Amino acid sequence: MFNIFKKLGVTAGAAALAVSISAAPAAAQETVKVGILHSLSGTMAISETTLKDVMLMLIDEQNKKGGVLGKKLEAVVVDPASNWPLFAEKARELIVKDKVSVVFGCWTSVSRKSVLPVFKELNSILFYPVQYEGEESEKNVFYTGAAPNQQAIPAVDYLAKEYKIQRWVLAGTDYVYPRTTNKILEAYLKSKGVKDEDIMINYTPFGHSDWQTIVASIKKFGTGGKKTAVVSTINGDANVPFYKELANQGVSAKDIPVVAFSVGEEELAGIDTKNLVGHLAAWNYFQSIDTPENKAFIEKWKAFTKNPKRVSNDPMEAHVIGFAMWVKAVEKAGSFEPTKVIEALPGIKAKNLTGGESEMLANHHITKPVFIGEIRADGQFDVVWKTDGLVPGAAWSPYLEGSKDLVADWVKLKCGNYNTKTNKCGS
Amino acid sequence: MKLFRATTRKLAALSFFLASLLIVPSAYAGPFEDALAKLAADSFSDTADAIAEIAASGHVDSEAVISGISDRRVLFDPASKTVYLRDTSGKLKNLATGAAEPKEPEGLKSVRQNNRVRTAVDAALGTLRLISPDPNKRLEAANAVFKSRDADALKLLNAALAKETDPRVKKALGEARAAILIAAPNTSENDRIAAISLIGAKGDQDALALLRSVPADASPSVKAATAAAIATVERSLAFWEVGQNVWYGLSLGSVLLLAAIGLAITFGVMGVINMAHGEMVMIGAYVTFVVQEVIRQHYPALFDYSLAIALPLAFLTAGLVGVLIERGVIRFLYGRPLETLLATWGLSLILQQAVRTVFGPTNREVGAPSWMSGAFELGGLSITYNRLWIIVFSMTVFIALLFVLRYTRFGLEMRAVTQNRRMASSMGIKTSYVDALTFGLGSGIAGIAGVALSQIDNVSPNLGQGYIIDSFLVVVFGGVGNLFGTLIAAFSLGIANKFLEPFAGAVLGKILILVLIIIFIQKKPRGLFALKGRAVEA
Repeated sequence: MFNIFKKLGVTAGAAALAVSISAAPAAAQETVKVGILHSLSGTMAISETTLKDVMLMLIDEQNKKGGVLGKKLEAVVVDPASNWPLFAEKARELIVKDKVSVVFGCWTSVSRKSVLPVFKELNSILFYPVQYEGEESEKNVFYTGAAPNQQAIPAVDYLAKEYKIQRWVLAGTDYVYPRTTNKILEAYLKSKGVKDEDIMINYTPFGHSDWQTIVASIKKFGTGGKKTAVVSTINGDANVPFYKELANQGVSAKDIPVVAFSVGEEELAGIDTKNLVGHLAAWNYFQSIDTPENKAFIEKWKAFTKNPKRVSNDPMEAHVIGFAMWVKAVEKAGSFEPTKVIEALPGIKAKNLTGGESEMLANHHITKPVFIGEIRADGQFDVVWKTDGLVPGAAWSPYLEGSKDLVADWVKLKCGNYNTKTNKCGS
Repeated sequence: MKLFRATTRKLAALSFFLASLLIVPSAYAGPFEDALAKLAADSFSDTADAIAEIAASGHVDSEAVISGISDRRVLFDPASKTVYLRDTSGKLKNLATGAAEPKEPEGLKSVRQNNRVRTAVDAALGTLRLISPDPNKRLEAANAVFKSRDADALKLLNAALAKETDPRVKKALGEARAAILIAAPNTSENDRIAAISLIGAKGDQDALALLRSVPADASPSVKAATAAAIATVERSLAFWEVGQNVWYGLSLGSVLLLAAIGLAITFGVMGVINMAHGEMVMIGAYVTFVVQEVIRQHYPALFDYSLAIALPLAFLTAGLVGVLIERGVIRFLYGRPLETLLATWGLSLILQQAVRTVFGPTNREVGAPSWMSGAFELGGLSITYNRLWIIVFSMTVFIALLFVLRYTRFGLEMRAVTQNRRMASSMGIKTSYVDALTFGLGSGIAGIAGVALSQIDNVSPNLGQGYIIDSFLVVVFGGVGNLFGTLIAAFSLGIANKFLEPFAGAVLGKILILVLIIIFIQKKPRGLFALKGRAVEA
């Protein structure tokens, strides 16, 4: 039995080797490979599949324009199947076996942390497109999603100013992004004079589906005689039952507004939004933003997916910006060599879809505008507030004890966590 | 220079006076027209101000305009700043002149709303509708005023209160008046205390929020009255909270029961460790989605019946898939639990990926029919309709299944085969046929569970995964092979979970439940209701 399998395995392996050898010389001369590392199966497929499609569209479009440095781009798609250790294996496979020049991928923070050692060891480039908790800056990673100061802090400021919110519920899924973001928010709120008893923190497991008790306790917390709001870092699938329960228990945005950092157009596509009108989300991009760039992008996207109902969202825009920056950096460096591209990237500017021009900073984060949107009955967002200009992403939060003295600068200091107190790299 | 300015001002005033004399008959620029101009400014704060001004203007169109804003029927021309109202039949009217607009000008935009605008709309409509002839509208208006606490409404409120005859509306009006009086700065001390005790008697969460907002610098007697009222409200709320927890527990229990009941047959009765059970639930949910899509496109009037139509279809689809799985895979693996576990787990992955390929990885929207949305108050309990119906539904399914097992020929054969296969076979029962149908029945029931779960959870390829562990827990805890055990286990786990959650939090609560079950299984390995007698050994 086992012998048969062994033999089968060997033949299959040999066949694969033969194929890759025969294919390699023909392809290598005119194409450059771009790795796409997004889960196409498992729990995260719901969010990540879209990003794979966007990357394919961008690469296809670039090829139609003649490629980069005269070479065509070739997408290499792998499926890490929402399995964190597999992310690392697939990343290694992309870099070593497929010899990709750059990788666009990851969604959850834990998947990013899992691939980090691989990118460091093999010195390749990762573009990470999702809003995250910050507290990180690596030489090989470029963060095109929002850091907490580009999403969470402005959203809280908006609620405090516009809604006169004095009591806060910080509700999140139990993992690193919500926990760190809530820690930053808690420290920030306390620095603004919010008392302990006016902050309620609640964590729920991934995929939590029975929200009755929690929504009831939010309602109860809201009877404190002060205006109350919910800041939600609830992630993924748990959002649908959460919002359904809010609607059923009659928590309206006029009484207790909910501002979410992980709910975008894609997540709302699974919910009947009639009863959620007015609840908020903070992002750096909304599909409803009316700019010529965005309009053109949505048209291309709908045509590429052949689905007139496909929605666009914030991490997609992050990939659009990231890809444009990578192309410009390659052209500036005149080479696909990761070391040269990493050096060329800081300072590169690329148009975002909301009418501004984002810049890659020395800390490998980018400048982005911040928008607050209210949910409409049709599942889109009405932008009700935005920052005046672009907000530069901060890798280290000034509100946390452990990180307030750290700076990241890969241009002058060549360091991701330079301690300004001890003047040493590495905290 | 000064003189010159003064003269120009006078001249301007004069010319304005003359001009207004000329225009008066057609369009007198009163507060209503001023407010219209603000609507066209396309700024949220201007819109909110305009709504309050329109409400106060007493214009005949006030109510129509304000309710039109909330339905996006108030439009403006960004170029000419003219404001139009589209009535419910779709006809356009120029609000400034009151004339109908036969041809729709191009580039009209509807007045945008945010929460501030919506709050202003509610407050304004509340004030306007206080004297509406329809008692339901008056009740709504009174509740809106209770929330907005708009001091300007006090006069109207007193007038409405004086001539109100409907006791329900009268109570709501009195509470709205008290809410305003508590907050207003110039209320007399006695009035304020009376208002506080009236609100205290209301006894719900809104009352508590209102009482807690009484400023800290109030006089000692007001403070004492507030403290007393808060204590009363808190006592009554604490009493209802126990009831609320029991209700949440029942509702969670009914979901667990629904998810587990199909498994109670495939795993409990047949002994197949069926890891693909959750995917049967998912298939049921996707059948609901497909049925609703067809109904939305072709027979929108039937939408409220969509779940009823989906039920038999989900049962048949999931049942059919179940029969295919049994015939294709499981029948070769009876008596080999490890292989069954691996094979069905593989099947569950295949089914998930198949659904992902066909329907896409994103959530699909399954709408709630009108009879399943919203909530009602029962004393201090707020009971949501969807949860209520799911409890009713899961009990119905349970009783129907019990009936099939006890009183039908198929049920008899099924019990015979699972208790003693060889004996049943020698009595002329086609055991393989019964096996396939039993597995189909278990899967079909999982399918109709999917119809119900589509109402409270995501319809995504991962739907089933969330329920598979819980389902096994319930069946093992209740005692394998015992349907009543499954029922009791589901409800006791549900209620225990909901009483733990407020203290321990959702994450720790779930862990505690798991630990308790492990300890329990150590003591009673066969679960709550172990089968007795020879059937156990077979």
